[in-house]
Amino acid sequence: MKNNKLGTLPAIPYIVWMAIFVVVPLILIVFYAFTNEAGGFTMENFSEMGSYAKVFTRSFGLSAIATVICLLIGYPIAYAISKESAMFQRIAMMLVMLPMWINFLLRTYAWMSILENTGLLNTFFDTIGLFDLINWIGVKFASDPAAYEPIKHFQMINTQGAVILGMVYNYLPFMIMPIHSVIVKIDKSMIEAARDLGADSKLTFRKVILPLSLPGVLSGITMVFVPSVSTFILSRLLGGGTTMLLGDLIEMQFMGGAYNPHLGSAIALVMMIVVMICMAIMNHFGDGEDKAVML
Amino acid sequence: MSEKIINLENIHKDYGGKVVLDNLNLYVRDKEFVTLLGPSGCGKTTTLRIIGGFETPSAGVVYFDGKKVNDVPPNKRPVNTVFQRYALFNHLNVFDNVAFGLRIQKKYSEGEIADRVNRMLKLVSLPDYGDRMSTELSGGEQQRVAIARALVNHPRVLLLDEPLAALDLKLRKEMQRELKAIQQEVGITFVFVTHDQEEALTMSDTIVVMNKGKIQQIGTPTDIYNEPKNAFVANFIGESNIVDGIMHQDKLVSFCGRQFDCLDGGFAPDEPVDVVVRPEDFEVVAPEQGQLVGTVKSVLFMGVHYEIMVETEHFTWTVHSINYADVGDRVGLFLTPDDIHIMHKS
Repeated sequence: MKNNKLGTLPAIPYIVWMAIFVVVPLILIVFYAFTNEAGGFTMENFSEMGSYAKVFTRSFGLSAIATVICLLIGYPIAYAISKESAMFQRIAMMLVMLPMWINFLLRTYAWMSILENTGLLNTFFDTIGLFDLINWIGVKFASDPAAYEPIKHFQMINTQGAVILGMVYNYLPFMIMPIHSVIVKIDKSMIEAARDLGADSKLTFRKVILPLSLPGVLSGITMVFVPSVSTFILSRLLGGGTTMLLGDLIEMQFMGGAYNPHLGSAIALVMMIVVMICMAIMNHFGDGEDKAVML
Repeated sequence: MSEKIINLENIHKDYGGKVVLDNLNLYVRDKEFVTLLGPSGCGKTTTLRIIGGFETPSAGVVYFDGKKVNDVPPNKRPVNTVFQRYALFNHLNVFDNVAFGLRIQKKYSEGEIADRVNRMLKLVSLPDYGDRMSTELSGGEQQRVAIARALVNHPRVLLLDEPLAALDLKLRKEMQRELKAIQQEVGITFVFVTHDQEEALTMSDTIVVMNKGKIQQIGTPTDIYNEPKNAFVANFIGESNIVDGIMHQDKLVSFCGRQFDCLDGGFAPDEPVDVVVRPEDFEVVAPEQGQLVGTVKSVLFMGVHYEIMVETEHFTWTVHSINYADVGDRVGLFLTPDDIHIMHKS
């Protein structure tokens, strides 16, 4: 009986915390989204959003690309790590986590100085004579050698590619970790059973390891996709402001020159709903496997 | 029962210097039910895994139908395994678990697969279980699915790694009978690993008793029980009293301070030996009629018999008797020559 009473007691501070800092702000966002400056009910904020459709598609598009790249890089890494000894796994996972110990902004600034036109990479290419080679070939094969414009650097910074790179770099650990933790928990005897029943290592992977690791893949996708959609500083630093994302748009409505918290709230609300729909669809697909592994 | 289907020759296995199997020689005949029996760590599971292809021997040759298969991976061996904890695929339902091997062979249409899977599920008394998830089944049901999943591929040999260890006593007895019946029905070779001597005695055609990576004795259950080759086997199979003795000459042994007639021979004169007496072979008699005389230290009721500990001058004997004796009673113990088994010191 005593335990029962104590059972709910320690949860109270957290519940209060959640109420004040999560539930109340959510209510405020909904309230702002449906009102105008005068405080009256309006749907204007949503109709106004149409002009930002491009930002929506760009945000979701770039995030989706970044998520797919994270999955393509992260799954093989997680799988390879899980096959090694326990000692190796601990060290490898620590190395995967290592970049997270450095401030997000610092990491992104570092990428800026790497990708800049006069940055580390372009200087390196210049030093090894890559641009000279390209220009030499260019002049040789150009129809009008006089009009050929020699290149001095690759344009890497201020492109969508740089934004995707930033997302992949920053969120890759969130893909590797859940996949790794699911794969290492797969019962080794199940893999032996598949081999025993005639499956070679490729078939064993496809028919046993892959389906059993699906829950890890799903949570990895969630953990990369959601922060990617709402990220806001990456596009400004790496995309040069040319590729505005939802996060930047929302930030502008609250902090920037375009001050309009009503529109900002409406955008935030729609983004949240779209993300929730994406996640619901994903979880629906992974439902069976999820249950199977949890049991 | 003649053709050697599996032949292990001079198998040696060590893990970084720790010897697990030491010069093991063993063959299994077609359609035979062979049990590898021994305490944990005796190498019986490693032997099974070498047959299955999950381990490669450090030295020695594994023959299958006379062909060397050391380097053949598990998926290319005509062998299927029932794993200790069943290892059912928990992302698949029962039907798909059983159909797994058939689908990989790509030799059968879905219709044929369905036929064979359903027939196999009926054989292990789980018809209509196809749609259930493997995680929803009880231990005994999972066990049967694991057997069906292995047998449906018609392997030449079925390997079973302590398949009944996780079941409760009643279910275990039932499965023992069923397994034996299934083996006789499908007519394939079973290699069965267990540490349970009773299980081994009831199910096997041949028992291989192992200890510390070495084979101690190979024989039929009757042979192993009645003619244990050494003290380890005698002690592991059933209960035994083992005392030090001296073999004076053929058919004459002395232990516990007196001489006994026995039936064994072929020992060196006055060779030190192990003398083994089964608890149920004693006759409890009046003190003056006994060859050995002692005091009853404890009495346990075991159902069919009493287990009586009798302390004599040199040794405390475990005696099974259907007659009750009181603690503190003076009793005599009587042995006929064929109750006494003489073994070389190991």
